[in-house]
Formats: sequence, structure tokens, C-alpha cells
Amino acid sequence: MEKFYQLWKKFGKNFEQGGKLENLSSFYDAFDTFLFTPTTTSKRVGAQIHDGNDSKRTMILVVLALVPAMLFGMFNVGYQHLLATGQLAMGMTCPLFWKALGFGVLAVLPFILVTYIVGLGIEFIVAQMHHKEVEEGYLVTGFILPLILPINTPLWMVAIATAFAVIFAKEVFGGTGYNIFNVALIARAFLFFAYPTHMTGDNVFVRTAGTWGWDHVAAVDGFSGATPLGVLATSSDASLLPMRFMDAFNGLMPGCIGETCGWAILLGAILLLITGVASWKIMLSIFATAAATALLFNHFGPDTAIANYPWYMHLVTGGLMFGAVFMATDPVTSARTECGKWIYGALIGMMVIVIRVLNPGYPEGMMLAILLGNAFAPLIDWCVVRVNINKRMKRA
Amino acid sequence: MALSKKTKEAFLGPLNANNPVLVQILGICSALAVTVQLKPALVMGISVTIIVALSNVVIALIRKSIPMRIRIIVQLVVVAALVTIVSEVLKAFAYDVAMQLSVYIGLIITNCILMGRLEAFAMTNNVKDSLMDGLGNGLGYAMILVMVAFVRELLGSGKLLGFQVIPQWCYDHGYSNCGMMFMPAMALILVGCVIWAHRSINEENK
Repeated sequence: MEKFYQLWKKFGKNFEQGGKLENLSSFYDAFDTFLFTPTTTSKRVGAQIHDGNDSKRTMILVVLALVPAMLFGMFNVGYQHLLATGQLAMGMTCPLFWKALGFGVLAVLPFILVTYIVGLGIEFIVAQMHHKEVEEGYLVTGFILPLILPINTPLWMVAIATAFAVIFAKEVFGGTGYNIFNVALIARAFLFFAYPTHMTGDNVFVRTAGTWGWDHVAAVDGFSGATPLGVLATSSDASLLPMRFMDAFNGLMPGCIGETCGWAILLGAILLLITGVASWKIMLSIFATAAATALLFNHFGPDTAIANYPWYMHLVTGGLMFGAVFMATDPVTSARTECGKWIYGALIGMMVIVIRVLNPGYPEGMMLAILLGNAFAPLIDWCVVRVNINKRMKRA
Repeated sequence: MALSKKTKEAFLGPLNANNPVLVQILGICSALAVTVQLKPALVMGISVTIIVALSNVVIALIRKSIPMRIRIIVQLVVVAALVTIVSEVLKAFAYDVAMQLSVYIGLIITNCILMGRLEAFAMTNNVKDSLMDGLGNGLGYAMILVMVAFVRELLGSGKLLGFQVIPQWCYDHGYSNCGMMFMPAMALILVGCVIWAHRSINEENK
């Protein structure tokens, strides 16, 4: 980190008075404050450790961790579009690659704009009403929300859901850091229950129509935009496997914008774990319990396609990876005690598979599982603390 | 006929400053259950108003001869009789609405607003004041039901009292009804919003 900081400062010389990039100095300053302020750390005296890691830097780290998933999601949107409209019949070429990326960027960008304009707008108004500073808590929410939506969600719905979530899941609880539920997930849950036909099904995850009127081509015959889990939920053939493990892990499949690619999510996870922003205990606990639960269903469950879905496939399809890495680990809404994190993760990991397998109405269960985990997190913490207190009382 | 200050207060208080739903948080259960559409909410509001007013009058008339130890049972008998009458009338003249409201008409018996008014007001006040108090509380309850049902029916199915008010043009251009409005959770949030507005207005007036 120290080396990187030196490089960054050297780079910053260009932006000073008289430097060649002087006009862009405000950009440098913005990133400088985001990444490196406050710079004060405690003296190396005594036992206290205090670094300058404030919520602003935590937030920007999460946003950075989300960037690979966002970029891949954009590319995948374009890729699925080309696939659905038959433009990839001849195979992937260099121009088509750039077309896919460009199409995806144009399709996803309005989502980001809408979530930030609506969400930050409300944050600014509330801050003004209460004469408080604007909190930086919305940065991550606004970035994460487009990633967990199907690409065909109408923008006005995104705006309403964002407003609903920011007001009723965050501001009424007291703003950043006081919310009980993950704000982005509440927005998604609102859309899921308010406009179910726009959130699940075969037509929402792949954009066949054009973006901004560009590349409006009809879908080829026999095209289905169903996600792997969507296929499984409706099929009766228990031996059916929509795709292989590596295909699902590579993520070139229909799904919510940012959730499909295992590589991109893992990159983000590594950054979050190295910097200590997210808890590895929660992630590991979710993956382990989800795998174990799926394994149980494989052997003892009902004889349906989804119950016989191999446990390792459960981990790489749907929103499980994305949710486990980016959403369940939200430090505000997850359990805080170290032991509680294991329990919290286990609850989510178990619930997601149970919902997927036993409820045919919900092919994907990660959203509901995490919200349930959020609801139980304070109780888990309370119990863990009580148990610890009782244990120590006995010892005394 | 000039109404005394106390009588006026008995009627106007529950409409705003002492609203049974907004301030005392009573009768929430039925407020969530019957407000998906405007029509059942209206019928429910009127039924409750009639029952509260009449039971208040009956109890105020016999309040001096009710033995204290069995007063709850006496009150329940009066309310149950009135609820049965209203339920039969609805079944006779508005069968489809009665079916929509299903058990909730019968459950008016257990509505906290009724027992609350009988215990807190009718047992200790004269007939005229009790009538006004019953009317005020019933209308205060009906008012909230209608507000919530208005929003829920308008945004949930694009209709008001069963008539389509959001034009087909909007649906053709991508508008959708909000399915969340059909859920009791959204009714609770809407009641919360009304309480929010009510509190902030009343705080400003103080």
C-alpha cells in the first residue's frame, strides 16, 4: 500500500500548479480524498491501533471491488443481445466484441444514472431537512443496485424502487449505518413483489430490443432467455443439466446484470478480503452451508430437477456468489460478533437452497435469504453476547 | 340546537387530534385487511360508524343499571347484536361486498375501537355525548380506511370504486400496476405514512 501511495503522489505532481495536467486537478483531488484521506494514524505507542479507515474509504473500496462484476455484466448484456439476435452465428470477432461491450455500456449506464440521481437526490433533501452533512452511505447502494436487476427492468420502476428503499429502508431508520435491511436488496424486493412479471421469467434477463434505438433486431426463432435456475424450476426432467460448471462460472449466461460471472465476483472478493472490508467468515459460512444443504437435498430430497441439481452448480448459478460476497457481508446489516457471523452465514446459506428447492414460485432465493438473515442478525448477536456473558459468570 | 363544547369535542376530537387509528393505533388489523379496494373499505367504515354510534347510545342508556362486574359481557352482547344486524343487512342488500369483507364484518365485535369507546366513554357519559363520540370515532376510522384504500386501489389496480381511472394509454406506454399494493405490508406502510404526515402537521400546530 505504501509503495502504491508513493506512486500515486508522484503521479499527482502532474496536477499541481504548472504541471501538465493542471486543469484536471479537481479529479485528482477527488480521488485523493476518496482513497487516501484521512492520513492520520495513531503513534506507535501503547496498545491502541487506529488507522484512517473511515466509512468513505470503505465505501470506495467496495465500489472498486464491484467494478469487475460491473464491467463483465455490461459485456454480458451485449453478448446475450448478440446471441439472442443471431449476430454471433459466425462466431466471436473483434468488432463484435466491441459492439457487445458498447451495447452493454449503453444499456447499463442509464440504470446507474437513475439509481444515483434518485437516491442521492433523496439523501440530499433529507440531509438538508435535518441540517446534517450528506452521508456517503449511498455510494455503494447506488452502484450495487443496477447489478442485481434484470436488464429489461423499466427505468421508472428502478426510480420508484430506489426511492422506496432509500426512504423506507434507510431514512426512516435514521440514515446511513442505522438500516436494519440491506437497502439495495429492499429495492430489489420491492420490484420483485410489485412488478413480478418484470423481475422473473424468460423475457427479462436478455435485451433483444435495441438500446437508445440502436441495434433493434428481432430475436431468432426458438430463442429462450431463461436463466439456468429458471429452466430447472419449470422442467420436470430430473437429469437435465442446463450447463456445465465452468460455463456457469465463466458467466456468459442470462441473469441479473452483475451476478453471472464467478471470476469477476472472486476478484472483488479478493480485494474485499485483503482490505478487511468484508468478513471471510460470513462468505465461507454461506458457501459451506449452501453446499451442505444442497448435498442433503441431492441425497434425501424430493425427486425434482432442482433438488437433484449438483451442489457445486448451486454455488455458481443465480445470485448466490454475488450475494454472499457483496450483499450478505454488508457490515451494517450483518451480524457483528465473530461467532455470530458463522451463524448468520449458515442461516443464509441454508435458506437460499431451501427456497430454491422447496418453493417452485421462487427459482432464486438469495434475496429473500439475505433479508431473512438481516432480520435475524441483531438477535444472533444478542444471543452470542448473552452466552458469552453467562459463560464468564460461571467461570468467576 | 347549539352543541356544548364537550359534545363538539367528543365528535371532533377523534377525527383529528385523538384519531383511533392514527393516535391510539387501534383497529389496525381490519384497516390492513379490507383496504385493497375502495368499496369494501367504504362499507366497512360505514358499518363500524353505525355500530360504534348505536352501541355507544345503548350502553349510555343503560349505563347506570349495568352491574360493574359483568359490564364487559353486557357490552359484548350489545355489540354482537348490532354486528349481527349489520351483517344480515349487508348480506341482504350488498351480497358481493359482504362476501369480500367475509369474516371482517363479524370481527367488528372484537375491534378494539368499540370496546375502547364503550369502556372509556359510554359508561360514564350521557346519551348525546356518547352518540357524538361514537360517530366521531367511527368516521375517524372510516376516514383512514378510505385514504389507504384510495391509494391502494388506484396504484394497485388502476381503478377507483371499480372504475378504470388510469387510461389504457398509460399501460400501452409501459406503465404497470404495483402488485405490492395488494400486500398487507404495503397497507401497513401507507398507514405509517398517514401517521407520519399527521404527526408532523400536528407538531407544527402546537
